Parts: sequence; C-alpha cells; structure tokens
Amino acid sequence: MTVQQVLFFLFGAIALGAAIGMVTARKVFHAALWMLLAFFGVAGLYVLLEAPFFAAAQLFVYMGAIGVLIIYAIMLTRGMMRQRLPRVNDQWWFAGLLAAVLLVVLVWLVWQHPWATTTAAAPEDSLNRLGLTLVDPEGFALPFEVASVLLVMALIGAVTIVRER
Amino acid sequence: MVPLQWYLVLSAAIFCVGLYAVLARRNAIVILMGIELMLNAVNINLLAFWRYTQPEAAVGQAFAAFVYAVAAAEVAVGLALIVSIYRNRETVDVDEINLLKW
Amino acid sequence: MESLSRFLAFLADAIVNIGDWIRGLLLGAGLADPWVSLIMKAIGAIVVAFFPLMVVIFLIWAYRKVAARMQGRLGPNSSGTWAGPYGILQTFADAIKMLTKEDIRPQGIDKIPYNLAPILVVFASIATWAVMPFGPKLIGTDLNIGIFYILAFSSAALVVFLMAGWSSNNKYATVGAFRSVAQLIGYEIPQLLAVLTVVMVTGSLRMQEIVGQQKIPLLFQLPVTAFIFFLASMAEVNARPFELLEAESELVCGYFIEYSGMKFGMFYLGEFMNSTAVAALFATLFLGGWRGPWVEQAPIMGTIWFLVKMALMLLVWMLIQITLPRLRIDQMLAFNWKFLVPLALANLCIIGLVNKGITEWFPGGVSAWTRAGILLMANVGIFLATWGILAALERREQRRREAWRAAQVGEVEVSA
Repeated sequence: MTVQQVLFFLFGAIALGAAIGMVTARKVFHAALWMLLAFFGVAGLYVLLEAPFFAAAQLFVYMGAIGVLIIYAIMLTRGMMRQRLPRVNDQWWFAGLLAAVLLVVLVWLVWQHPWATTTAAAPEDSLNRLGLTLVDPEGFALPFEVASVLLVMALIGAVTIVRER
Repeated sequence: MVPLQWYLVLSAAIFCVGLYAVLARRNAIVILMGIELMLNAVNINLLAFWRYTQPEAAVGQAFAAFVYAVAAAEVAVGLALIVSIYRNRETVDVDEINLLKW
Repeated sequence: MESLSRFLAFLADAIVNIGDWIRGLLLGAGLADPWVSLIMKAIGAIVVAFFPLMVVIFLIWAYRKVAARMQGRLGPNSSGTWAGPYGILQTFADAIKMLTKEDIRPQGIDKIPYNLAPILVVFASIATWAVMPFGPKLIGTDLNIGIFYILAFSSAALVVFLMAGWSSNNKYATVGAFRSVAQLIGYEIPQLLAVLTVVMVTGSLRMQEIVGQQKIPLLFQLPVTAFIFFLASMAEVNARPFELLEAESELVCGYFIEYSGMKFGMFYLGEFMNSTAVAALFATLFLGGWRGPWVEQAPIMGTIWFLVKMALMLLVWMLIQITLPRLRIDQMLAFNWKFLVPLALANLCIIGLVNKGITEWFPGGVSAWTRAGILLMANVGIFLATWGILAALERREQRRREAWRAAQVGEVEVSA
C-alpha cells in the first residue's frame, strides 16, 4: 500500500465518518461541527487529487463562509433547541432504505464499468489552464459571468428575504 | 496510485449519507447541510474524473468551480428562507411547515 | 585569515548551510536518502512552527514595554523579582504561571469543542507560516497557491471562535463570538480585494514570485491597496480601534471569557501569533519581503531584512493599538461596508484597468520604474477622488444638520 493510498483511507475515513456523525448528531450545533470536519476531510482528498486550489477553496468557501453562515442560522433559530423533538421524521426507514439501495446500485455501477483512466500526471500549470478556461470566450466565459450574476442575485435575494419590514 | 473507483465509491457513500439527511431529518438546517454534503460528493467526482481521464483539459475543474458558486448562492438563500420562516412560525421543523401542502 | 573567510562564507548563508551540514551528517550516518529528506522536512517544519512562538515570546514583552513607556510607566522590569535585564524573561514567568493555574471547567460546557478550540486557534495561525518566505531559498513550501492558502486558513479559523463561544455555555461568550465573526467576515472582504490587487499586479499567487516581482516595494506602487490591507488586517487581528471581540467593558472578554489557565494562554498566544503573521504578510506583500541591499552577496541578509520589516510593522501595530480608543460595533461595520469595501472594489477595478493598459499601450514592455510611476499616479487619483467624495458627503451632512437645527430653533420660538 502506497503512502497515497494510506492518505486516501485517512481522509476518506474522516470525510465519511464525519458525514455519518452529522446525520446522527442529536444537537444541531454538533451536526454543524461534524459537517465542518467532513469538509476538511474532503479538502484532504482534493490535495490527493493534485488540486490544491480546490483544497484551499474548500477551506475558504465551505468552512470559512458556508460553515459560519450555517452556525449563524443555528443561533438565530436557537428556540428550536428547547424543544425535545425526535431527530428524524416518520419516513426515516424509507429514506434509509432508499439511500442504501442507491448506494448499492452506485457501487455496483462503479465496479462493473471499465473506466478508461489515464496515468498521466496532472500538468504543472493546471491552475493557469483553469483560469484561462474560465475567461475564454470559447470556454466558460459565459457560464462564469452567469455564475457571478447568480451570486449577486443570491446576495440581494437573501437580504430582501430576511429584512424586517 | 489510488484507483479511480475508490474515489467514486467514497463519493457515492457521502452522497447517500447526505441524501439520508435530506430525506429523514426534521430540522431544515440539517437538511441544508445534507445538500452541502451531496454537493461535496459531486465535487469529489468531478475532480476525480478530471484527474483520471483528462488532466490536461480544465473542464472538470471548471465545473467544480461552478459547483462552489452555486453552493454558496444556495446556502445564502436557503438560510435566509429558514430564518424568515422561523421568524414567522417559530419553527424550522419541516414537518410543521406544511402550509402549502394539499 | 583563511578560517575567518571560511567562517564568513558559512555565515553568509548560515541557515541553508546548517541544513546542508545536518543533511551531510545524516547521510554520513548511513541513512537512506528518502529518510534523510523526510527527517530534513520534519526539522524544517518544527523550525517554521517554532519561529512564530519565539517571536511571540519576545513580542509580548515588547508590547508591554512599549505600552508602559507610552503611558509613563516602567513595564516589566527586575526591580521587584528578578526577571532578566529589562524584564525580558517576564513572558516566561507568565507562561509558567498559566501552566500551573487551575484549569476551571464551567458547568454545562460542550466538552469536546470547548477543549478543541484553543488548540485549533494556535494550529491555524501556525499553519499560515508554512508558505511565508523567510529568504531567497528559505520557505516552508513554495505552494503555487501560496497567498490563497494563507487566506483560506485565516478564514477557516473563524469557525473556531464560534466553537469556543458557543461551547462555553455563556451568553457573553456567545455574543462575543458572533460579534467577532460578523466583524472578521466583513473585514475579510476588503483584505481579500487588496490581496487580489497585489496578485493582479505581480501576476502570481506564489509567495516567492510576489517577492521576486517587487523590485520597487509595492507600498510605493499601490499605497491605497496597502492602506486598505493594513486597516483590514488590523481588524482581522482585532487590534485596538477594532478591538470589539474583546471589548472588556461591554463583553467582559469576548469569546474566551470562560477559559482559564493555559487554555486562556493559548487564545492569548494565538492572538499575538496572528498579529505576527499579519505583520509578516504585510512585509511580504508590500515591503518586498526579504529583498534589500546585500542579499545577493549574503542570503542571510534576506532573513534579516524580512525580520526588520516585520518588526517595523509590529511596532506600527503596537503604536496604533496603544494610542487609539475603541469604536462602537455599528461604527465598525459601517466603516467596513460603506467605506472600505467600495474603496477596495474601485481600487481593484482601476488598478486592473491601468495595469492592463500599461501592457497594451507599451507592447515592448516598460521598465519597472515607469510601471511603478503610472501605478502611483493612478493611486494618487484614487486618493483624491475618495477625499473629494468624502468631503462632499461631509458638507452635505453638515448642511442637513444646520437646517435641522434651524428648524428646531424656529419651532421653539413659535411655541414661546
């Protein structure tokens, strides 16, 4: 087993274990902390995939922005903590069954398909290529601009929704 | 080298855990967290496919970048909705938010 | 004479030479090459991790000494109990005191997050040092996303404040944590935009490349950007004018009110380490990092220049922190969202256009001095425009106030 495989198992176990911890956590705040740990594990996987930019973006966007927002929302709805409600709804067994079946089907699909993988190393300048692709009119310039419009719309929309009238 | 299948299986597992959170949990915030988890699983897939099939093209990375933008927008609007619902109805339990149910 | 010149040659690049010497020693002891590389990397990591700790031990003493001098006191000294010349060992005494103090755990805390938070605070601020360039060849690891890595870690560290504040089961701690994160997230935006401007001008995220591009320090090319970055990073490390996280008179102590003993010490340490990291970052981004005279002949000078620039920034940080009173939270947030963010955005757009324009108009390329001059002129333009807008707003505000006052006086007369 190579070092990479060991690291894969380490980060994969962190990500998956934290994800399961998130689903089963009793307190919402604990669920948020588990989610952050899962994001951290996924960032480790991105490093293994030789995409350090995405690992840093994972820390930046998911932990620094989305995680903080979610914890803020938990604080703003903290009245929910006083109520002792069951964590899951009535159809939890059906949801679990569905997720399990989906997992089995996906794993089966993944294993039986012959993936045509390449062993070529990731290019040194893959980040430069990403940047050029994102602003290339032949590439993703239009989706890139649409994404920025989407972010502005989300910003304005969120402010409009929560504003007290 | 880690085989591609390992990444795919791991991301499938994370996706299913997120799906379970979305379908079974009652707290709307935890449901949103489940969606984030599912988006993360998708991102692992996109980057794994980029790395193992076409590392010289940047398409997989570009898609992953768009997933980030969409995730950020989604969580901002989603949490705004949840906070707004909580102000009006004093609950974020999705079983009780059933005004539009027929 | 021969030995002296050899000694000088050794000294000229001392840190790299010591590294080579240890490597030779290990190879001589019969270790295989990959293991030696691993051991060398581990040693490097330990040295890089201990550097901020060493600086902070000195910094805490220096801060107390400077603060005392400015307030007409003596500060740490050896007049009562012996603490070294000028009280330089005071910090060690404090550390020992904190280690021996009782570790009080309040009731109703969330144990794991509560105990994890102080560790993660220190971890996050040590992690940023991995990509800090100490010298021409001295850098933990020259990542191709260097500066983005630093920003990512300082952003992810925000969660730790929430962890500490929430798990303490104390309303002051919770309010402190949420206030602090509102402030830090807000000030992250102008900081990010300022760094983006630097990245645009230098054309790289790699720390060594950013330093390498600064034939003229960026402070003299992009003073407005440096100003924005400086203010935003003052807020990031919650130095005095922006010191709302702690706000002793309002929030007692902020998010770490419930911590005692060494856990409190870790937060204290993390705060000073963050300010050291920010000073080092400013020195790297705007003051040219390790660049300076005689670096070519003696690379060790690079490290000395870096430390001198960092110390200078820390001194400025101290002077501002000791002199100024604290702002109110609404003033702080308004200052960020209504002044810094628009200014940073306008600055980013204008510098981007000017920088692109230089490359377009002079296809043959320009000398660094010409480019710096044009950028400086653009900065003067931004400064004058900002000044003009602020002055116009102030005049309008004053007119409105006068009109209001006149109306009040009129009413009083009528009723009388």
